[in-house]
Amino acid sequence: MRESLAVIWAIGRKDLLLETRNKDVIVAVSVFALLVLMIFTFAIDINQVNAKLTGPGILWASIAFAGVTGLNRAFALELEGNTLEALMLAPISRDLIYAGKMFGNFLFITAAQIIVIPIFAVLFNLAVLRWEMLVVSLLTTIGFSAIGTLFAAMTIRVRAREVMLPLLFLPVVTPLIMAAVESTSHVVNDSSWPEIYQWIQLAIAFDIAFIVISAFIFQQILED
Amino acid sequence: MFAIKVEDVVKSYAEVMVLRRIKFSLQPGEVAVILGANGAGKSTLLRILAMLTQPDSGSIDIYGNDIAKNGPQVRALTGSVLHSPMLYTDMSVRENLTLFAELYRLKNIDTLIEKNACKVGIQSRLDHRVRTLSHGFQKRAALARALMHKPQLLLLDEPESGLDSRSVSYLENVVEEYRSSGRTILMTTHIIEHALEIADKAIVITDGYVHLESTTTCLNRSNILTAYSHTFSKTSGDL
Repeated sequence: MRESLAVIWAIGRKDLLLETRNKDVIVAVSVFALLVLMIFTFAIDINQVNAKLTGPGILWASIAFAGVTGLNRAFALELEGNTLEALMLAPISRDLIYAGKMFGNFLFITAAQIIVIPIFAVLFNLAVLRWEMLVVSLLTTIGFSAIGTLFAAMTIRVRAREVMLPLLFLPVVTPLIMAAVESTSHVVNDSSWPEIYQWIQLAIAFDIAFIVISAFIFQQILED
Repeated sequence: MFAIKVEDVVKSYAEVMVLRRIKFSLQPGEVAVILGANGAGKSTLLRILAMLTQPDSGSIDIYGNDIAKNGPQVRALTGSVLHSPMLYTDMSVRENLTLFAELYRLKNIDTLIEKNACKVGIQSRLDHRVRTLSHGFQKRAALARALMHKPQLLLLDEPESGLDSRSVSYLENVVEEYRSSGRTILMTTHIIEHALEIADKAIVITDGYVHLESTTTCLNRSNILTAYSHTFSKTSGDL
């Protein structure tokens, strides 16, 4: 277990190191998400009522769309140097490669959210900086990274991967986005924890399903 | 126990059959070369042995381990340098080697890096980013990575391509070290004279079949050319 975690950490840390040098993913994801937020701020007349109504949906749609951009880039780096094959040469199970790449993607999307969510709170004048939001954000990001890592690996060698990835990713994560939007709505409406928890449960269920299924399929994708 | 035992391996890509019932074996300590024209299936065979591609059928044992059943164990016994160096170009050589040492769960990583960098003559380039190195140095770094975990079997796909004579001499030293320590090397090459000089055994693949398998002492350039003349006649200018 300890050795497996060390391998996952090594792969995730490598992605983070490359990101600190290139600044490709976090900048792309954050800027894209902020642009979507800004566009909606201008498109909709934001007041206290419709901010609570539309804000959560806009927030998670912007993060989901922006996340796709980041996922594409994170795997493109492995393709450039054919380094995914170097990882495959190591005496580790394919699950650990998946978990390491997922961990890297989780870090990137989380970093982007640290930038985007406070700006969202200011633009929409909503109190989202609460611990419940931290749980929602964490669970949604785990799901995004789990399924996004799988689809990014699937489309890595497809010529039109920039188009294919959102086409595969967005329909599958829709239930998770739904859970995130509903629980964020409860957060901004100051609902009680049991009300939020209903949707949190759905997010947990999807996260578990996404991780188990994706880890299994990822092995098959890598093999040939 | 064989170092490598390949039985009836078949591999095709779409409609093209690349390997047709490939069969050969190597004893521990042997240095063998796979020869053949472009498209003969040499690199595909090496990729299968490195477990990057699965064969359609057939079986492969490496040091008594069936590669279909004991993936991680076989990969721990194997070091590979394939066509591309497969290094992270925005990381330094040291960072690359550290990463792979961690993935191989090695101890005393810093000492190992210094030792293997010395073996391939890249100690002065350890802190350079891979992107800034010439192809030759990148290949040497890839060789250092393959040697880090002291694999019993080294797979080298045209290791001398793009290397200058100094780099080739580092490669020859590694081959010699392997031979003397009873470990095994399987490499592909296009340079027949070089192959005959450094290898104990030659395997000639023609049209996806093993056309000739022999010790190099019994072979010369013309034997080998005759062995793959069929393919040579179809893919001219390959030698």
